[in-house]
Order: sequence, then C-alpha cells, then structure tokens
Amino acid sequence: MAFVQNFPFMTIVFSLTCGVFCAVLRGKWAKRLCLAWLAVTFAMSLSVLVYTLKSGGYYIYRMGKWDAPWGNEIRVGILEALMASVFSGVMLLSVLGGLHHIFEDCEAEKTNLYFTMISLLMSSLFALIYTNDLFTGYVFVEINTIASCALVMLKSSSKTLVATTRYLIMSLLGSGLFLLGIVILYGITGELLMESIGAKVQEIFAQGEYSLPITVIIGLFSVGLAVKSALFPFHSWLPDAHGSATASSSAVLSGLVLKGYIILLIKIFYRVFGLEIIVSERVSNFLFLFGALAMICGSIGALRERDLKRMLAYSSVAQIGYIYVGIGMHSDIGMTAACVQILAHAITKPMLFICSGGFMDVSGGHKGMASITGAGLRDPLGGAAFTVGALSMTGIPFFAGFVTKLTLTEGALETSTPMMVMALGAIAVSTLLNALYYIPVIFNLFTKPKDGAYSSLRARYTPAYAGALTVFIALNLGFGIFSQSVVDAVSRGLAMFGI
Amino acid sequence: MREFFSNLFTNYYETAAMILFGIGFTTLLMHRNLVKKIIGFNFMDSAIYLFLAAKGYIAGRLAPIITDGNTDPSNYVNPIPTGLVLTGIVVSVSVTAFMLALTCRLYDRFHTLDIDEITYLARKERD
Repeated sequence: MAFVQNFPFMTIVFSLTCGVFCAVLRGKWAKRLCLAWLAVTFAMSLSVLVYTLKSGGYYIYRMGKWDAPWGNEIRVGILEALMASVFSGVMLLSVLGGLHHIFEDCEAEKTNLYFTMISLLMSSLFALIYTNDLFTGYVFVEINTIASCALVMLKSSSKTLVATTRYLIMSLLGSGLFLLGIVILYGITGELLMESIGAKVQEIFAQGEYSLPITVIIGLFSVGLAVKSALFPFHSWLPDAHGSATASSSAVLSGLVLKGYIILLIKIFYRVFGLEIIVSERVSNFLFLFGALAMICGSIGALRERDLKRMLAYSSVAQIGYIYVGIGMHSDIGMTAACVQILAHAITKPMLFICSGGFMDVSGGHKGMASITGAGLRDPLGGAAFTVGALSMTGIPFFAGFVTKLTLTEGALETSTPMMVMALGAIAVSTLLNALYYIPVIFNLFTKPKDGAYSSLRARYTPAYAGALTVFIALNLGFGIFSQSVVDAVSRGLAMFGI
Repeated sequence: MREFFSNLFTNYYETAAMILFGIGFTTLLMHRNLVKKIIGFNFMDSAIYLFLAAKGYIAGRLAPIITDGNTDPSNYVNPIPTGLVLTGIVVSVSVTAFMLALTCRLYDRFHTLDIDEITYLARKERD
C-alpha cells in the first residue's frame, strides 16, 4: 500500500486533533497552527488526487484493517479527491481572506475557538466526502452542524444569536429525519457500510418486498439533507445565518458546508440505492422540481434584497437549486453538472463574501447597497474580484459559472421533453435574474458616491486579503478556461462512484 | 386493514417510537418556547434510540459480554444497535448542551424564551 493512501484518513483525524490543540492555544498561535494545518491538508489532498488520477481507480481504506462487515471504511476515488482538494484550498483561502475580520468580530479571548471550529468543520467535510459508512456520516453531519452554528455565533450580536438559533433548529430537524432514515434502513438490511446496504437493497427491491419502507427511507434522506443544504422550501434560515456572520464564516458556510451534505446525498443515491431505484421511486423528479423553483425563487429573493451579504446568501439558494436540478435529471451528464456546480460555486461564492467583507471595511462597517456605492473604487482589488465573481455567477464564458450552465444545458437536452423545457426555462430565467441583480451591484460599486461618503477610506491590503483574492480570481479564470479537464475528471470520478 | 392494526400492535415498540418521534419533531418545529423545543429534540432522538434498541433486542439473549466461557454466538444479541444508541446519545447530549448554552445567552440578552418575541426584539434592535 502506498503511503499516499493514508492521507485521507490523516486529514480527517489530524484536523480533529488540530481543533483540540487550537482550543488550548492563544488566538495568535491557534491561527498559525490552523492555517499551517489547512495548507498541509490541501497538499495532502492534492497528492491523493494525483495518485488517484494516475492509478485511474478508487481504493478502499479499511480502518484498523478490519474487514467489511465489522470495520469502518473510507473510499477514495477521483471525485472524492478532487472535492477534498478544492474544499481544503477554498477553506484556507476563505480564512486568509477574512483573517482581520475574525480578530475584529470575535471577542479577543475567544478567537482561538474560531480556529477550533474551522478545524472541526474541515475534518467533518473531509469525512462527509470520504466516508463509506452511513452512521459515521451521521456523526460527522452533527459535528458539521455544531461547528457551523458556532461559526455564525462567534460574532456576538443579537442578530447572529437569533440566526444561529434558527439555523440550529432547522439543522436538528434535518438530522433527525436523516438519522431516522438510517435507523429504518439498518432495521431492514442489518448493514451500515454503503456497498453492503446497496447489495441488500438491490436484492430486496428485486423481490418486490419492503417497497413502501424504501420509498419512505429515500424520502427521509432527501428531505433531511435538503433541509440542511437549504433547498428551496427549506431555505428560510439561510439568509439570516449567512448574512450576519463574519466574512470568513459566510464564505465557508455558503461555499462549502452546504455542499458537504449534498455530496453525502449523491453518495447515498449512487451507492446505497443505485440510480435506478431513485428514478423508479420518482424522488429525483421532486428534487428536480424544487431545484428549478429554487433557481427562480432564490434569484427573486436576491433581487429584492437591499443588503449585499443577504443578497449573496439568496444567490446561494438559487445556486443550490442548480445542483439539485442536475441531480434530478437522473442522467450521468446531469450528475456531472451537479458536481461541476458544487466545485464552481465553492470557488466563486467564498470570493464574493470575502469581497463583501472588504467593502464593509471601506464603508464604515455597513453592507447596505446605498452604503457600498463606490466601494470598488476605494478597494480596487476587491472590486475586481467581485466583478469576476458576479460575471461568473451570471454565466459569462471563460468564468467558472459558465461551465456549470453549459453542462447543465447539455444535460437538459438529453432529458424527456417536459423536463427539458422546464430545465431550459429555469436556466434562462435564472440567468436573466442573476444578471439583473449582479450587474447593478457592479455598477454601484464603481460609481462615485454623490455625497462623497467614506471617500477618505482606503482599503488596507494585508498580504492575506490581497493574496486570497488574487488566488481566487486566478482559480475562477483557470476553472473557466481549463473547464474541459475538470469536467473530464468529474465524469471519470462519477463513473467509478457507483456500486 | 385489520392486519395493519394487528401489525401495529405486534410491533408496539416501533409504533410507540414513531409516535414519540412525531411528538418530538412537531415540538421542535412548532413550539415557541426554546426550552420546550430542546425537550422536543430530546424526545425525537430518544424515540430513535428506542426504535434501535427494540430492533436490536432478541428475547432471551444476553449482551455480548463473555463471563462464563460461553462463546456460542446464538446466546448473544448483536452489539451494533446498542453501540449506535450509545454513539447517538453522545451526539444528542452535545447538541443539547450547545442549544442550552445558546438559550442561556438569548435569555440574558432578551429576558424571554419565546422565539417569536426574540426574533421580533432582534429585528427591532436592527432598525
């Protein structure tokens, strides 16, 4: 066994350990440890990605060398390694980009806890990406919930407290349903590893037994994880939580946390049930429908919002809709589009949130549309990055967001006629709405304010902020230009994803 | 229909667990009082543990701890469901602690436990 194969396990466990150390260190040292560790996990994930691309297959890592029915497993393929590399890289950049905000927004003696939560979050994201065991998945879903709620809460104000409470309650409802699904499935199959459950489910389904319980279980998983990933009718908690937190928290929550649950859901669909059962139970149709509604309603919500960060949060609702539309197309290309969207949104939205943090700095701490007029002139690098991000979200070619829309449209053309019409319509309307709310913001950012408000303020570019934004811009353009290799890697990864 | 009810009655543990889950879920979702929401959450999770424990128990068998040299597996129950219950309890205890801490901070700030009133007060503070 190559040494590289240990890396996924190490990233999960040592991130937890890093969190423990951060809890006892002082803020400054916790910051250094956490950032250094994030850089190491990024390097590790990249080397795993290179290894899987070279070997061209997946491998199963048995914890403690116990065999299948007893042991706990990690499964690593191209897609998992790609997700892990992007997530750890984006996590590092998001923390770097909002670094000075973290120290301003958190109480001085609690800053180390911020880095504890970041480490725990990173660990749980890795675990959700890699794990092959449903119950381990549940445990890390809960770690993810607690860590992300704490990230919202650490900026102490009435607004964040209320937002955290609502976030926590919705998350708990979601994980309760998810747990119930696991338990009923365990009652039927007696297995917890995804492959073993998958084999049993196929057997049971072929015999035509337990068809009602299987429908209920798929429903519980889908609704549970949809609540946690803020799919349209369950999105009400998101704008408050993401709009009020500190810049890095918003970036991480919007860009990564929501995706962790969706990756778990895709894994469950592929490995536990198999796509055929999902299609025959018509669950994917519901996901498609709600995804399409989310694309439109999220964009309308964003259009009505006069607060920059809340607008970005609503835009996340719409972008999550794209992912679910891709999943709901129940074709390989649809699923590829969903995964590409996960990656594209993960590198774009954090950049926008980091920029909005920078704009708040040069606008006296306000984030209303009126206050940030001209903020792009006072913070040119932030303005440039926001422009790139906004154009990418709108779907202009050569930016990351375009790749998603292209792949999604290709997927839509392959589906049945009514679904194709709905998908194309939703993509068209949503793109139009995206342009309608992003383009005015760009103009607003580069217009000189009439009353000359905040004109004396200038952005101070710390190396962390400037560096993070530069890398984000480069990533976005790179993703857009080398899109074909990303799409190829994703579809190769998906091909080895199933049972 | 009659078979349906008799099945419900035979599996009375599972039936009770589902009813309790429903009660807990609705309380967590609908109740305005934060402490009662937390109680509802614990109801919901305990119901799942009841379900698991009932599924994992086989009448007449023992917990798989060998004390008298008897290693025949047919004397023991499968330890995994119990293990899952224990793990689940750890998770729900930590989440409960987190929620209680959050509730304390909300009460310190707003002097009420009513979530609607808290939302209203927080919104008023913003304006």
